[in-house]
Amino acid sequence: MQFVSIPDKGNNEMKKFTMVVLVKQVPDTKNITGQAMKEDGTVNRAALPAVFNPEDLNALEMALQIKEQYGGTVNVISMGPPSAVTVLKESLYRGADHVYLLSDRKLAGSDTLATSFALKQAIRTKIPDFNIVLCGRQAIDGDTAQVGPQTAEKLDIAQLTYVERIEHLDEKTIKVRRVIESGSEIVEADLPVLLTVTNTANEPRPFIAKKLLKYRKAACDFDLPILLPRYPGFSSADALRANLKSRGLYIEMWGTDDIKANADEVGFAGSPTMVKKIESITLTGSGFKQVEPTEHGIKEFVAELIEDHTW
Amino acid sequence: MQNNGEVWVFAEQEWDTLQEIGIELLSKGRELADALGVELASVILGSNVKKHTDILFAHGADKVYVCDSPSLEYYDTVKYAKAFADLIQKYKPQVVLYGASARGRDLAPRIASSLKVGLTADCTDLQIGDFKSPSGQEYKKILYQIRPAFGGNIIATIVTPTKRPQMATVREGVMPVPPIQDGRKGQMIIETPNLLNLKNITRILKRDKTERKVNLKAAQTIVSGGYGVGSRENFKLIYDLASVLGAEVGASRAAVDAGFISKDHQVGQTGTTVRPKLYIACGISGSVQHRAGMEQSAKIVAINRDPEAPIFSIAHYGIIGDLNEVIPILIDDIKKRRVD
Repeated sequence: MQFVSIPDKGNNEMKKFTMVVLVKQVPDTKNITGQAMKEDGTVNRAALPAVFNPEDLNALEMALQIKEQYGGTVNVISMGPPSAVTVLKESLYRGADHVYLLSDRKLAGSDTLATSFALKQAIRTKIPDFNIVLCGRQAIDGDTAQVGPQTAEKLDIAQLTYVERIEHLDEKTIKVRRVIESGSEIVEADLPVLLTVTNTANEPRPFIAKKLLKYRKAACDFDLPILLPRYPGFSSADALRANLKSRGLYIEMWGTDDIKANADEVGFAGSPTMVKKIESITLTGSGFKQVEPTEHGIKEFVAELIEDHTW
Repeated sequence: MQNNGEVWVFAEQEWDTLQEIGIELLSKGRELADALGVELASVILGSNVKKHTDILFAHGADKVYVCDSPSLEYYDTVKYAKAFADLIQKYKPQVVLYGASARGRDLAPRIASSLKVGLTADCTDLQIGDFKSPSGQEYKKILYQIRPAFGGNIIATIVTPTKRPQMATVREGVMPVPPIQDGRKGQMIIETPNLLNLKNITRILKRDKTERKVNLKAAQTIVSGGYGVGSRENFKLIYDLASVLGAEVGASRAAVDAGFISKDHQVGQTGTTVRPKLYIACGISGSVQHRAGMEQSAKIVAINRDPEAPIFSIAHYGIIGDLNEVIPILIDDIKKRRVD
C-alpha cells in the first residue's frame, strides 16, 4: 500500500477515516465432518463449529491497515444471533476500536435484501459520519456475494467489489485494484464507498496478546445474566453493565427499534426470497469410487459430477 | 401478478467481445420461455454493440434490447444498473437471468436492491413450477432457482413468488451453448439510457487484460499436474483440461522442481493451500505435503497409473490409468456435452 500525505489539520487525534467493517459468523462449511450429518441425511448445523467468515477477516485486516497508515477508526458491526458476539470479540483482539452486535428476533429469516436494509439502517442511524464500509467478498455459508453491493445501493454510495489492494486514499477519493476473471483494473471512486475484499488481499493478523487479555472479558447484554453470579460485587445487571462500560468492556447491542428499521422491511416479511426445498448431497470424505479409464466409465463419471452440482 | 412478461438474459460483453455466459443463458432461457409461453430476449449494454445482435438471434433470442450509449463503453456498476433497471421497469419481464461472473455478481445485486426484488446467486439449474406458500397461497408457473449452498453440501430450491421480475445469477459453464440456427432473425429494440446526473460513478484508470495471475485460492475448480505428467510440453494436456472446465492449473512440488511449470502454480504445504469444489490430480502421487494443501477440497479426483499411489486414499473418484489416454477422453466428453 502506498503512503499518501494527508494535510495536517493541527490535530493528531483527528479521526481521518471512519470505517465500518461488516462481519458475519458462519458455520465452518469447509470443515465438514461425520457428525455434520444427521441420521435423516440433513445437515446438522449445531455440530458445525462457528467461525469468523474468512473474507470478512480480510476486510477487517484492510481496515486496520488503513487505520495504521492513514489514521481513522475501525467500527465493526455483526448482524446475527447472540453467539455472533464471538466474532466481535475476535475483532477487538485484532485491533478494532468499536464493535456492535445487531441482533433481534425480528431480523431472523432475512435474505440478502432484508439484511442489506438492516445494515444500511444501522450504519445511517449509528455511524452516520462513515467514509468507508468494508466487507468480505462473500460468506462461506451462502456464497452469494450480494450483501455488499446491496448495502452500497441502499446507502446510495459507490461500490468497489473484488478489491485486492488500495492504491491510493485521500479524504475525497480512493483508488483500488480489483481482480476479475479477465484480469485486473485500477478503479477510482469518491468517498464514501463500500469495498468488498477478496481473500488474496492480505494475510489477516493474529490476535494481539495485550488486546486478548483486555477484551476477553468483554460482554453484551445477552451475557449479563450468565456473568452476574461470577461478579458477587454487583447486585444487578445494570450495575454490572455500568462497570463493564466504564472499563470499555461493554459491547453495545442494537435491535430493530434502535436502528429505526420497520418490521416489514426486515426478517421474513422483508425478504422476497423463500426456500422451497433443501436437499442434502454427498458430504466431503464419504466413500471412494473407482472410475474405469474407458469412454463409458468417464462419461458416467462426468454425468455424476454434473448431477451433484460439483461441475 | 402478471404472467405474460418475457424471459430476459443479460448478454455480457467485454473488450467488445460477447462473453460465452450470455450465450449459455439463452439455452436455459429458451426452455423457461417455452414453458411459460412467452418470448425470450437478450439485453446488451455498451457502446456500439448493435453488431452483436445477430449472434444472439442465431442462438435463440426472439428479441434483443440494445442499450447503446458512448457512456456505457466501460462497465460501471451504477450506470449499468440504472440503464438495466429502467429497461426492466419499462418492459416488465417476469424473469431476468445474469451470469454469475464477476460482472454479473457486481451488477445483479445492485439492480435487485434498487427494484426491491429477490435475487438468487450462482444457480446451477432453473425450472418452472407451481408453489404453495406456508400461508396456503398458491402460485402458478414460477421460477425455481436451484443452487448449491452451505459449502456445496446442500441443494436449495429458492422461489420469489410475490415479486417481479424473478432474478438469478447462473453459474458459468453449467448450461450448454445452444446450437446456432443460421439466418435466424429477431426483433431489435434500441433504447437510449438516461444517465444524466448520476452519483457514485467510478472511473476506470487502467485495465490489464493480459495480466492473469494464477489465482488458485479463488478457483472453484483446479486441475493439477504432477511429476507423472512427464514434461513441460506435456503440461499442455493439463492446461487443455483446465480450459474446458474453466479451471485454474495447479501443480505438485515435484512437477515444479522438475521445471514443468512455474512455482506460482504449486499446491501444498510450501505452495498454496486450496479448497476448491473440484480438484483433479493428474499424475500426482500424493505426498503428505501435497495432500496438506488440497485435502479439504470438496471433491477430489485422482488420475494415476499406480493403484498404490497415496492420493487415492483421499480421493472421492479414482481413475487408474495413463493420464495421456484418460485426459483426452475426459476433454472429449466434456466438449460433447457443451454442444449437445
